Amino acid sequence: MALNLDFGAVLERWPSFLDGALLTLQLAGVATVVGGALGGVAAIGRRSRYPAIRRLCEVYVEAIRNTPLLVQIFLVYFGLASLGFKFSAVTVAALALTINVGAYTTEIVRAGLDAIPRGQIEAAEGLALTRAQIYRHVVLLPAIERVYPALTSQFVLLMLASSVTSQISAEELTAVANYIQSDTYRAFETYIVVALFYVALSFLMRGGFWALSLVLFPRRRRLGTPL
Amino acid sequence: MNGSLNANHLLFLAQGALWTVGLSLIALVGGGALGFAIALCRVSGLRAVRLASGAYVQLIQGTPLLVIMFLTYFGLPPLGFSVSPLAAAGASLTIYVGAYLGEIWRGAIQSVPRPQWEAAEGLALSRTQRMAKVILPQAVRIATPPTVGFMVQIVKNTSLASVVGFVELARAGQIINNALFEPFLIYAIIAVAYFALCFPLSRLSQRLERRSGRGRTTLMPA
Repeated sequence: MALNLDFGAVLERWPSFLDGALLTLQLAGVATVVGGALGGVAAIGRRSRYPAIRRLCEVYVEAIRNTPLLVQIFLVYFGLASLGFKFSAVTVAALALTINVGAYTTEIVRAGLDAIPRGQIEAAEGLALTRAQIYRHVVLLPAIERVYPALTSQFVLLMLASSVTSQISAEELTAVANYIQSDTYRAFETYIVVALFYVALSFLMRGGFWALSLVLFPRRRRLGTPL
Repeated sequence: MNGSLNANHLLFLAQGALWTVGLSLIALVGGGALGFAIALCRVSGLRAVRLASGAYVQLIQGTPLLVIMFLTYFGLPPLGFSVSPLAAAGASLTIYVGAYLGEIWRGAIQSVPRPQWEAAEGLALSRTQRMAKVILPQAVRIATPPTVGFMVQIVKNTSLASVVGFVELARAGQIINNALFEPFLIYAIIAVAYFALCFPLSRLSQRLERRSGRGRTTLMPA
């Protein structure tokens, strides 16, 4: 059977694809920054000396990690609406992605924190560093350095998962594709192009995280290796 | 046609849950078979085979499952292939799960200590024998906790089959919501149902991980 592929009609919509890709990157960027911070706080919370805080963080992590993102998005979308808040689809999408990635980040950062040897903290105390200094220089940054590759992969997966927000009609890359394919009747070509866009975006993000690692971890050790 | 949630709705949701389990099993079996082949290709002695399987993994892991779903369901019919929602969802999940399980299992195969390979070679076992009798039995033990952990991802990812009209748990919820318009209540029930399916798997994976004594983090696609 002869395949009749025509990418022309799809490719001439490239400005729309770029708009969608830009929103996808923005969604991923917001969720990475805010969700990453949320995950860091929750990871520290999971090691708190107060059982209530530990429990709260655990419930958050388990509730998010054991339910699909699609359902979380619907819950945030309709939950906020039934409470009387009216937010745009993009705001809801960013919020849901942030809550989602925060839980995964928590577990990754926690693994990093658990890997910091007790002796390092004692040594820092012996050098009369303050609690805040110890947390920053001895605990948090080395912990993140150790789990950096896992964090990178998680944030790339988040960017890919942001495609699900097309279901509440946030106009990101996948929603743009849905629109273009219904307009051009070239579904196969459209989704192939959009898949390649996503592959390119994941390479872009990996490159970005690699560049960031050069700034964050000036010791230039191989990332992810034991301390 | 507003009404309230009744036993028939719950029965419909239970049916959807059953399809979620069924689709997860299809994805696990199909993706497992493909993933096993990928894992073997990734450690093959032939450079071309390694490169081709590596490219497959990179490509699939760089594409959202949702787009793969749309590609098979909406993309194939205009080219002359007819696809049912079940076939589209099953095929998409197989393609997707194969890439991830392939990577997990490649990691497991490669983390069997090097001397085991050398010892097997020293005993004059052929490459197939080395793999089947020495490496794979040990790799299975290493691979079990992350594989169980990934099964949680499979169950959650089947929710995306709802976008091609396959009536599993999430789609069943949408259909009931269209009739009752009680979105918060219904999606809360759906979330609890997914939690009930996934949480035991998560716990099992954690327990297995602790028993095997390695605190490695496994990657979890959202």
